[in-house]
Amino acid sequence: MHLLAGIGVALGGLLSGVLVVSANAWMNSPAGFLLRDGIATAVDPLAAMANPAWATEAVHMSLAAYAASGFAVAGIHAYKLLRDRENLFHRHALAIALTVGGTAAVLLPVSGDFNARFVAKDQPVKLAAMEGQFRTERGAPLRIGGIPDAAKGTTRFAIEIPRGLSLLAFHDPDAEVKGLEAFPREEWPNPLLVHAAFQVMVACGSAMAAVALFAALLAWKSSENLVRPPFLLAVLCCSPLGIVAVEAGWTVTELGRQPWVIRGVMRTAEAVTPVGGLALPFAFFSALYLALGISAAWLLRREVSKSPSFPAPADGTPVPETEE
Amino acid sequence: MHDLSFLAAGGILVSLILYALLGGADFGGGVWGLLGSGPRAGAQRLLIAHAIGPIWETNHIWVVIAVVILFTAFPPAFALISTALFVPVTLMLAGIVLRGAAFAFHSYHLHDEGGGMRRWGSVFACASLLTPVLLGVVIGAVSSGSLRAQSTAPLGASAAWLSPFPFSVGLLTLAVFSYLAGLVFLAATAALGAHVSLLLRSYPVARICAAAQAIVVLAGWGGAQYPFLVRPDLTIPAAASSHASLRLILIALAAGGVLLFPAIFLLFWVFKKEAVFGRSRKT
Repeated sequence: MHLLAGIGVALGGLLSGVLVVSANAWMNSPAGFLLRDGIATAVDPLAAMANPAWATEAVHMSLAAYAASGFAVAGIHAYKLLRDRENLFHRHALAIALTVGGTAAVLLPVSGDFNARFVAKDQPVKLAAMEGQFRTERGAPLRIGGIPDAAKGTTRFAIEIPRGLSLLAFHDPDAEVKGLEAFPREEWPNPLLVHAAFQVMVACGSAMAAVALFAALLAWKSSENLVRPPFLLAVLCCSPLGIVAVEAGWTVTELGRQPWVIRGVMRTAEAVTPVGGLALPFAFFSALYLALGISAAWLLRREVSKSPSFPAPADGTPVPETEE
Repeated sequence: MHDLSFLAAGGILVSLILYALLGGADFGGGVWGLLGSGPRAGAQRLLIAHAIGPIWETNHIWVVIAVVILFTAFPPAFALISTALFVPVTLMLAGIVLRGAAFAFHSYHLHDEGGGMRRWGSVFACASLLTPVLLGVVIGAVSSGSLRAQSTAPLGASAAWLSPFPFSVGLLTLAVFSYLAGLVFLAATAALGAHVSLLLRSYPVARICAAAQAIVVLAGWGGAQYPFLVRPDLTIPAAASSHASLRLILIALAAGGVLLFPAIFLLFWVFKKEAVFGRSRKT
């Protein structure tokens, strides 16, 4: 019964995440209605739900959620194992968390590729901002790092991999990639923020995927390798990266859609509430969630420090190491 | 189409009634926690925490369902209520957030002697006091006929809720919630074996009467509102979404009900047998 309830929670969580993403995917590629004089008619809610962006976004976000929580949990157990290597509770927990988070982290670049190719076709202006691509060109390079300068229309200081972007976005090294200049200036998202957030997401995701592959290699040789301090330290460093990557990814998709809230249908400026003085509720809710976040972190810390030690030390002395 | 919109509006009313009955008791619990004083205040708060313990989280389902039906089935009404009543709705939201968080944090501290439990207990109590008042204020303002829908875009925040009628509805809501809670706790006390008195026999009747009272008050309000969602401009059919949307919403509600009601029943059966079904395992 207890296990069954757990399965219910896991399924419910996954399902609600997938459905929430459906709403966001619809904002990116609206479907299921006809616009007549600015009013939506012939509304088909099922077609709206099953909009073209849904599948790729939902898979990517679900994997990202598993990777982020897997690595966050793995980091906590790695931290405890750094102090007490023989603790079986933390050893098993680390293995489970790494299996869940690591599998997702390795699959994320694949789902990311599907997303990027979809965005390249469906929302070329977002792709151009993500990649700091100002000019429309064939055989566009992939830019790693760099600072897009909207005024000058170039991305400076980037490491460019020739034809990389055309290859990744269209699976063809000579494909034409539309640059920001192909679009009216007032339709541009902020390329600096979108590009930076995209780089952060990819960097965090790559680091996690690398650690996950490395973990699989280590575990294949001997499970004892997983509790070596350098590896535990690497897992600990990766612990917050999943959450950072998720936040950065949402920044990419949301800022990359600006100035639209529903792309091509409604501008963000048109959607905002007519209620004035929004700075006050913004400050209030920010402060509220900051306070709640600090309290939750404090309580989590307390729970972690109370975690069981197993095998229990017989007389207060640490269990001697038997292997290695 | 009209029939579907009235069914959807009925769904909102049923959700609100269930929210008052099930959620009302734990709102009231917070209020009673505020009133608890003296040497037994700690024990009283423990009793309250125990009584609403594992079920309080599910109680928010009902307000979520009511809000979701409102914004999917009646978007113009949702737009009007959430802009004109921006201030009370926002404060109510903050109250709900604080209540949930405070209760969860509070229960981590249940067996501590330190200030953590008292601090979060007070936050929980204050939020429990404010939230039902604001819920009542919103219901009162929607019924009072002072919120005007504009044909074009909705106007900004209105001060229409700052009048005696919405506040009297707010206080009524608070009183009903506290009353419901009081009776639930009587049952909890009895079931805990603290005081098994002869009076115990009348508690189930009292609980049924209190629940019936809350149902009748809300059903009466629904009847008086009919056919309006927000008096005097938005009727239920006029504010409704398309036929296709309404049909899907009602199918989703029915399917959700099939899943939800047995689960809720099981939850109460497992955790709250004594309090709700009136059967005590102890004698």
